[in-house]
Amino acid sequence: MTEEQPLDSFSPKGPLEQRWTQHKYNLRVVSPANRKRYRVIVVGTGLAGASAAASLAEMGYQVKTFCYQDSPRRAHSIAAQGGINAAKNYHNDGDSVWRLFYDMIKGGDFRARESNVFRLAELSTSIIDQAVAQGVPFAREYSGYLANRSFGGAQVSRTFYARGQTGQQLLLGAYQAMSRQVAEGHIEHFSRCEMQDLIKIDGKAKGIVVRDLLTGELSSHLADCVVLCTGGYGNAFYLSTNAKGCNTSAIWRAHKHGALFANPCFTQIHPTCIPQHGELQSKLTLMSESLRNDGRIWAPKNPADCGRDPRKIPEQDRDYFLERMYPAFGNLVPRDIASRAVKHICDDGRGVGHEINGQKLGVYLDFADAIKEQGADVINEKYGNLFDMYQRITSEDPTQQPMRIYPAVHYTMGGLWVDYNLMTSVDGLFAGGEANFSDHGANRLGASALMQGLADGYFILPTTVSDYLARQTPLEDKDYPEVQQAMNYSQSRLDRLLNAPEPKQTPDYFHRRLGKILWDHCGMARNEFDLKQAIEDIQQLREQFWREIKVSGNDKQLNQTLERAGRVADFMELGELMCIDALSREESCGCHARVEHLTANGEVQRHDNDFGFVSAWQFTGDVVQPKLVKEPLHFDFVSPGIRNYQ
Amino acid sequence: MKFILHIWRQANPQAKGFFEKHELEVEAESSFLEMLDALNERLITLGKEAIVFDHDCREGICGSCSLVINGEPHGRHRATTTCQQYMRDYQDQNELWIEPWRATAFPVIKDLMVDRSAFDRIIQAGGYIPVRTGAAPEANTQPVAKPVADKAFDAATCIGCGACVAVCPNASATLFIAAKVSHLSSLPQGQLDHKRPAKMLAKMEAEGFGSCSNYRECERVCPKQIRTDTIVTMNKLLYQS
Repeated sequence: MTEEQPLDSFSPKGPLEQRWTQHKYNLRVVSPANRKRYRVIVVGTGLAGASAAASLAEMGYQVKTFCYQDSPRRAHSIAAQGGINAAKNYHNDGDSVWRLFYDMIKGGDFRARESNVFRLAELSTSIIDQAVAQGVPFAREYSGYLANRSFGGAQVSRTFYARGQTGQQLLLGAYQAMSRQVAEGHIEHFSRCEMQDLIKIDGKAKGIVVRDLLTGELSSHLADCVVLCTGGYGNAFYLSTNAKGCNTSAIWRAHKHGALFANPCFTQIHPTCIPQHGELQSKLTLMSESLRNDGRIWAPKNPADCGRDPRKIPEQDRDYFLERMYPAFGNLVPRDIASRAVKHICDDGRGVGHEINGQKLGVYLDFADAIKEQGADVINEKYGNLFDMYQRITSEDPTQQPMRIYPAVHYTMGGLWVDYNLMTSVDGLFAGGEANFSDHGANRLGASALMQGLADGYFILPTTVSDYLARQTPLEDKDYPEVQQAMNYSQSRLDRLLNAPEPKQTPDYFHRRLGKILWDHCGMARNEFDLKQAIEDIQQLREQFWREIKVSGNDKQLNQTLERAGRVADFMELGELMCIDALSREESCGCHARVEHLTANGEVQRHDNDFGFVSAWQFTGDVVQPKLVKEPLHFDFVSPGIRNYQ
Repeated sequence: MKFILHIWRQANPQAKGFFEKHELEVEAESSFLEMLDALNERLITLGKEAIVFDHDCREGICGSCSLVINGEPHGRHRATTTCQQYMRDYQDQNELWIEPWRATAFPVIKDLMVDRSAFDRIIQAGGYIPVRTGAAPEANTQPVAKPVADKAFDAATCIGCGACVAVCPNASATLFIAAKVSHLSSLPQGQLDHKRPAKMLAKMEAEGFGSCSNYRECERVCPKQIRTDTIVTMNKLLYQS
């Protein structure tokens, strides 16, 4: 690991509130008559991808979109439950763009760029306007005006929501906008297609190789730039709240073509998920943290009570530990703080519920008091669908007995490094939504993922992609040797997956083992010894993978086993980078808790002088030896304070 | 729990399908799809091709999963997608017949996976409110009465899984369209396009779905409990236009 020149994000200078406006003015535009000469590829059609594709197509560019699902409407953005922030100040409770900006910077534990975060706060209000005009049925008050609630760590009510299905409604809005452009012929969409490789021509991103998942056929697609909106990499942990198909392959391929990968170890562990019930479980389900607005989190004070019916444990024997430890914020402390507190309680032997590997991993989230105060109808109106979901999975009724929750991997703040224009370090390659690292620092504030995906897609990418295109001559249609090279590479990789020397184990076998290594050593609390061990373990596992991976069937047909094997192969490499990143960051910040760097009372301890930078990793040709490139973070408008929620 | 499974296998859209028999030991807490995962692990280890089925979020919202279990689209537990069925729901049965959606407009791709892209094309025919990015007025300019917003939301929860089509004797997609029309046309923002129901229904017919003749089976199996009153709403709009 050597160091070189610090990275430049090309953030504009000047007063924060004028930067985006001024920057937009400085960017070039393409005249409407010329736009149809340019082609744009968008990979991934979740919130960021669908909104970017719809907006670019409306402007008049020729857009091609790709997704691995059978329809863009199924992207995992659909599962976001809680809500979307916007600094509308509809509650007149002192909210403003500046306050939202500050909350996000602070929520990210001062590891995000001021310019980007301010722009996001600024655009938040336009997103709501756009969504409402598209017919997104946000919750409303009896007056007919939009309803807001306060959400995860915020002291103002600025979160817009559509019952517990906000992500679904926003995604359908973007999907419908995109569908309109498909109908008008401005978007050519390819479902059930997975990106295999990036095509670079003269150093610039000019296309992709995709595999048609139905026929197995590989094909190449060229354009004047490529936009990756392929989501996060939480599935590296195997068990996560992500959909089963979510993967890192597109951004990992880009990384191997020179795109820097920023802050891979910044992964968010969400405190309120349904605990694991058995060894063969395939995924974890999130319960929106809006539940923490009315639910009270507790564990038995006495380990002997852990097996008892919670309803029979008297009040004085319950430990409402978040309220006790963080009186100002109580149950609404940020996600990382809540998650670590829950882990701490369970490690202490006070967990409840199913025993997994000899430990009970769960605490109670109790609605009894809220029902008593507000009535069952009000609570059901707010959380009915979440209660139903919980009951379906656990066969327990949360209105009759407390829920059980435990943290799970939920979101990845790390991703492809992008500059202020959302362009990666590969010329012409853009990244939006969870696939980039841009705005959430070391921890994402609740209800800001939907906001970021849509800000990127509706407002930022259309502007910055236009600026890029304005400086390009449309790509000539001819044979490029780089295309055949990428096609050959993609085919050879498939061949390798299908022809391991000693085929023995399934893709899921390796995925589960990788997940356990990462969860145990690169999860909520990390230390040097374990991380070094994890790196060694992953290297060995990877070797075993390429020796023993067993994929039945062939590559010239629909083969879900082959798809999974390809994704796991990429997670195996990314997993190591996550550990390398975690090891090099010798401080605790946001979700990243290094046990060597905690205060005496167990709070995270940042080292701003030594680690006030973004870690961007460069692929050197050898996965085990990435090169660290730093982007220093400057705080001109806020001063990094200690994140104190007590 | 021990089960005898009869699973539909079909190599490609043209091939003749058949039921393949498997026996499997499974825990009551396992989800239905986790049971299939376990079976697939076994098949792969034996060098046989895994059973193909659509699934993704596994929390009942993406609409990917689509199995007919013992004749019921999405299985026996009501208002629930396949991925949220648990083996404990089948404690009293030991033999399960697992099939794909059956409808002309949803051709089988392989095994238990069908092609539902017709739904995308129906949405493209008019299932949107045409507003340009950036053209929207301030969101609170136009208040929407809460009951209207709630009704729109109830219809908007459709996940596009296609169970309504799979269960319908006519293989009609009327409930799917009515849900979208009811969602968009109830809101003041969506009232300008009077032709929306006509355009979407015409596309439905062209895609090979049947028409509605009020069996109301769709309402019974809809995992999101979309109601047939959305069809009433749509028909009113259709005749008004």
